[in-house]
Amino acid sequence: MKSLTPYFAAAGTLIFIAVFADFLTPYDPYVQDLEGALTPPNSTNLLGTDRYGRDVLSRVIVGSQTTLCASLLLLATISTVGSVIGAICGYSGGRLDTFLMRLSDIFLAFPQMVFAIAAAGALGGGLLNAAAALAVIGWPKYARIARGLVLSIRSMTYFDAVKMSGSSSVQILFAHVFPNIAGPILVTAALDIGTIIMELAGLSFLGLGAMPPTAEWGAMMNNGRSMLQTAPWVILAPGTAIFITVATFNLLGDNLRDVLGGQR
Amino acid sequence: MILQVEDLSVAYYGKKIVRDVNFSVEKGEILVIAGESGSGKSTILKSIGGLLGKGGNIIDGQIFFDGKEITNLPDSERRKISGDSIGYIFQNAGASFCPIRKIGEQIFESVKSHRDWSKNDFIARAEEIMLKINLKPEILEEYPFKLSGGMAQRAGILAATILEPKLLLADEPTSALDIVTQAGVVKELLKLRERLKISIILVTHDLKIAKFMADKVLIIKNGSQIEFGTKNQIFNAPQELYTRELLEAANL
Repeated sequence: MKSLTPYFAAAGTLIFIAVFADFLTPYDPYVQDLEGALTPPNSTNLLGTDRYGRDVLSRVIVGSQTTLCASLLLLATISTVGSVIGAICGYSGGRLDTFLMRLSDIFLAFPQMVFAIAAAGALGGGLLNAAAALAVIGWPKYARIARGLVLSIRSMTYFDAVKMSGSSSVQILFAHVFPNIAGPILVTAALDIGTIIMELAGLSFLGLGAMPPTAEWGAMMNNGRSMLQTAPWVILAPGTAIFITVATFNLLGDNLRDVLGGQR
Repeated sequence: MILQVEDLSVAYYGKKIVRDVNFSVEKGEILVIAGESGSGKSTILKSIGGLLGKGGNIIDGQIFFDGKEITNLPDSERRKISGDSIGYIFQNAGASFCPIRKIGEQIFESVKSHRDWSKNDFIARAEEIMLKINLKPEILEEYPFKLSGGMAQRAGILAATILEPKLLLADEPTSALDIVTQAGVVKELLKLRERLKISIILVTHDLKIAKFMADKVLIIKNGSQIEFGTKNQIFNAPQELYTRELLEAANL
């Protein structure tokens, strides 16, 4: 069996940096110094400064907090809400099932990012609104997976057996249904972290997510876009950070799937 | 009379699977429902146990258990008798346990739905029964996949009988087992009847087991009742051609 330790260690380091970002920054990420604007990387500012003279390294570190925490929270919300909706649909069936599944069909029918841009735009930007827009398009996937898993559990003998033992629906859901679908849901969620980070950073890049002066990787890249030729470090630093983070979580998800044997 | 079934008809998605079946079971009696695969034997058992599932409906007839009608009980009422006064043994007992939880935990959980036993009470009672059905107490701490077919079937018997139900429904409890284990399980069931004066309805396509265990036999073909009578009537003086054919095919 493959070892997951290096992937967990890498992801753990990123999360550690995000959580303790405030203590790890060499400079205050929000203090402007217009005299020292757009300094290339050197020994004092390891990744240079942006157009307001703010230390890019500090902003990338603090930005990880915004991006990673928002993404993980968002993911936890949609995977939980989606799975619960899906599990209830699969378990109860009938009209409720039909209604919720057609609703999820409607959301799945839109190109995800286009819908998110429209929704975030309509809601008026801001990190919270961007996350809400992504949540609206994110849950149906989990509802679908959970529903399918529950339907397959329902056809198992042990499902009849717990029913025959006189357990209540709530008991059956919590003791037998949720624990049995947790594995595949977890793997799907792990594979989704990268996508969510990209989508959230993407919305911020378009100006629909985090608002200035909040340090956020997507917004930082947008800031540095016009200076790509003259001061490439401003856009390269957050870009590389996104790349490393997304790659780390995707690798973690892939290997988690191999080990847990989830389905996709 | 512990169970009476009158004119029972069952349909799946509108298609009639069982037609006008009538039979009754007395206290301490073993009724064997026999017939070919797909004849509707299991469907009859499931309608008694309330396990018809999606698309399955009792469209006609009545089922009386212990003097009360249980034909189309609402879930909340059904829950009270399921596991408590009616036990169920499945064809593949290994699959009747949730794969990710220990056997003992699962049985204890179903016990808690009906009695407020402490964990120690439960273990004491379980071990008492396990001693009688040749099951090591360590099984309670095992996961289902570790059990052999015979052990799983015995664990199934433990789960179905720990609350001393009045009626035990057994759906082909031996057909997934080898001959030696089959004999073992059959003997356990007979001992159980002696000990608890429990009534058993056993569904099987194996007429040898029927002959060995039954007090009464119900022969089913294509969802219709062919013959219902005591073991003697069915095996020594069958009235119907189909019953004779079945007996001949089984070399009885």
